[in-house]
Amino acid sequence: MSIIVEDTTKRFGDFVAVEGVSLTVPDGSLTALLGPSGSGKSTLLRIIAGLESPDSGRILIQGNDATQTPAQHRNVGFVFQHYAAFKHMTVHDNVAFGLKIRKREKGEINQRVRELLALVHLDGLAGRYPSQLSGGQRQRMALARALAVEPKVLLLDEPFGALDAQVRKELRAWLRRLHDEVHVTTIFVTHDQEEAMEVAEQIVVMNVGRVEQSGPPRELYEHPKSEFVMGFVGAVNRLGSLFVRPHDVEILQRPERGTDEAMIEHLVHLGFEVRVELVLGDGDGLWAQITQAEAEQLELEKGQIVYVRPSHGRVFDRDEVEPPGDGLPSTEELQAA
Amino acid sequence: MSSAVTGTSGAAPPRPAYWPRPGGAALGRGLVTAYLSIIVLLPIAALIAQSTDGGWSAFWSAISSPEAVYSLKLTLIASLIVVAINVFAGTIIAWVLVRDNFPGKSALNAVIDLPFALPTVVAGITLLALYGPSSPIGVHAAFTKAAVVMALAFVTLPFVVRAVQPVLMELDTEMEEAAASLGAGPFTTFRRIILPSLLPAILAGSALAFARAIGEFGSLVLFSGLIAFKTEVMSGLIFQQIGNGNETGAAAQSVVLLAIALVVLLVFGRLTKWSLRHAG
Amino acid sequence: MLANGRASRWGLRTFALGYLAMLLLIPLGMIFYRAFEHGVGAAFDSVTTPDALHAFYLTIVVTVIAVPFNTVFGVGCALLLVRTNFRGKALINAIIDLPFAISPVVIGLSLLLVYSETGWFGDWLNANGIQVIFALPGIVLATIFVTLPFVVREVVPVLHEIGDEQEQAAQTLGANWWQTFWRITLPAIRWGVGYGVVIGTARALGEFGAVAVVSGRIAGQTQTATIWISEAFSRYDYTGAYFGAVVLAVLAVAALLAMNVFKRKEAA
Repeated sequence: MSIIVEDTTKRFGDFVAVEGVSLTVPDGSLTALLGPSGSGKSTLLRIIAGLESPDSGRILIQGNDATQTPAQHRNVGFVFQHYAAFKHMTVHDNVAFGLKIRKREKGEINQRVRELLALVHLDGLAGRYPSQLSGGQRQRMALARALAVEPKVLLLDEPFGALDAQVRKELRAWLRRLHDEVHVTTIFVTHDQEEAMEVAEQIVVMNVGRVEQSGPPRELYEHPKSEFVMGFVGAVNRLGSLFVRPHDVEILQRPERGTDEAMIEHLVHLGFEVRVELVLGDGDGLWAQITQAEAEQLELEKGQIVYVRPSHGRVFDRDEVEPPGDGLPSTEELQAA
Repeated sequence: MSSAVTGTSGAAPPRPAYWPRPGGAALGRGLVTAYLSIIVLLPIAALIAQSTDGGWSAFWSAISSPEAVYSLKLTLIASLIVVAINVFAGTIIAWVLVRDNFPGKSALNAVIDLPFALPTVVAGITLLALYGPSSPIGVHAAFTKAAVVMALAFVTLPFVVRAVQPVLMELDTEMEEAAASLGAGPFTTFRRIILPSLLPAILAGSALAFARAIGEFGSLVLFSGLIAFKTEVMSGLIFQQIGNGNETGAAAQSVVLLAIALVVLLVFGRLTKWSLRHAG
Repeated sequence: MLANGRASRWGLRTFALGYLAMLLLIPLGMIFYRAFEHGVGAAFDSVTTPDALHAFYLTIVVTVIAVPFNTVFGVGCALLLVRTNFRGKALINAIIDLPFAISPVVIGLSLLLVYSETGWFGDWLNANGIQVIFALPGIVLATIFVTLPFVVREVVPVLHEIGDEQEQAAQTLGANWWQTFWRITLPAIRWGVGYGVVIGTARALGEFGAVAVVSGRIAGQTQTATIWISEAFSRYDYTGAYFGAVVLAVLAVAALLAMNVFKRKEAA
């Protein structure tokens, strides 16, 4: 196991940032720490990096207790949200920094920098200054800089948060490809569930300093252990105590067993899919996600009365999670909604 | 609408300070304290101690002698006049530097800082050159009370200007345009829209100018002559007392002068904060 | 818009220019005239006497000692104030700003009371044969006192603005505290430091009141340039005084230009 976090807690004054967190990050994996702001994910990342020291608990990196080791000696690569570029140095010198600190020979440094710049597609820009680069280029430089010293772990703190939506999407895919090539254990922090789902092999969902659930993206999506995880990892409709994904809301022209009457308030055409905003008889709202083809087939229109039923749903007990039966809720459950 | 259940978002945790070397901070604090003690704290402590050396009677006689009273009045009144001049002229100069455009403006902008960089003695001599006994324009202001005001105006020139300038630059002209469209004339607009925004800066600059003015010495030595009962400001009196060996008296007068400066800076600091809250 | 009218714009401009001309510019021009009124030769002669030369030399020596001290202190203190947490920051800030509130003469007196023969440290200094007052060390102390705030006040906002992320990045890349400071922090603040050094130097060159008190003003020994100028004027050596003033004024203008350059580089 590459990184083990043991029962770690960190407080800032009265504020508990991280509470009793335990975590295992497999060697060579690509893990996301996902959660809203204030969930403690950045703090946890910084603790792993050695930029913060925990109040209690241990951090083990490749089997060694690194809890007391300062960041300087942990050999972790860190990439900041706002790049932390060394503004007064060229791109070349930025990337070479870690190697210069270790007093490597000049020829070796130049060679390595060249390789890395090629890896991140910044060749030719070695002589530029960070201020002359775009945000995406700066972040790629920051990555090259972190990788230059061959870290055991690569940590990224909301690496794409400061970038445009388009650049964000490009860099996400690029990060995944980079990880395939370089194979270094990588952990990145994000509040964007789409980003986590798209990039990570393992997602750790955090909330108010605790780990809610961790596992592969699909498992989190299909078998969430709590309301919070279900709602955070994807869109959700709430019908009483039943939680239903929009794409699990069936729309029918005629009433059938288990359906409820609803009126279409709004139809939003989003290219391939259609978002149907509905209001139930008792005034509650929900929305369904269907394909363009399905919408056409049903001949949906605003103001139309249709009949809806959830094909899958989950109920979360306070203490225990109840997986649904065969996917069809009982009439009683629906009536409780 | 659907209610997606999301987690609560707490406040972002406060980032603790970062110091690269453990123990380095404590060492640094020690060194800084030692440095400040040798240079500033011990001398000031000695000053206060010396002022009380002869008890309250010596202290009182030092600051209530006719010469001291005259000197203090002259110092305070001259400084207040100069602050008033600076508020008026300084604001106008800042305005012209920010809102106006003419050849040589950037050179003029740089010149404003000259009193900061110029030795005070040189300031006094430059005024003497034009307004002294051999004045080419026939103005003989040297050794008069006017000389005191002129010299103080010279050395305090940058304070209000530099305080007001950045605020003026940031000021949104849209507010003035809105006022004009609603029928306000230039003076009304200035009084009700612009001035309130400038007030904190003017107050801050005035406090600094005042504190500087009451302590000024070098420019007054040659230009005003520091003549007792005529142009001798407090700093001049203190200098004379030191020369006479009356260290206790000089210390007492110094303590009073320092106290006035600190009180003014404190009061104006509060006023500035208050006006910042109520500014536009 | 306000003051867009021709008349008011010209009115304000004339006032501003007039005020500056009468108070600053024309008097400044006059000292050049006065200095060379009796010919360039006479001007140079007046300032190349042994006493005059020594005075300027002493000023330079004092400045060369005092400014580096305050620069090192300034950078260290700024780092302490911005990058660490401790109680009493407000107090340190107030003490650093004190030189702006004290009259130079008072500064001189307070140093006298501690470091003269009859001062607090008088006995100890005497016993060790160290003379502070009426000698070079006293002048240096006085100069350090008055130039104390400049580097600190310039560096603190710069440190705030650049944030400490670059320093953290350097740490994760394996740099120790010295490497981080030397390669990352110092280059980032260099223009702020430069500005503080220049304005501090200008202030050091021009200090008068405090030095007048602690130096004893002994001709040829403890007179600095500013003191020499005022003494020259008092003994009617007007040419000398004016030319000395011209020299210092030229240095002040040079300092101003350097300050401008540094301010612009800092903003970039």
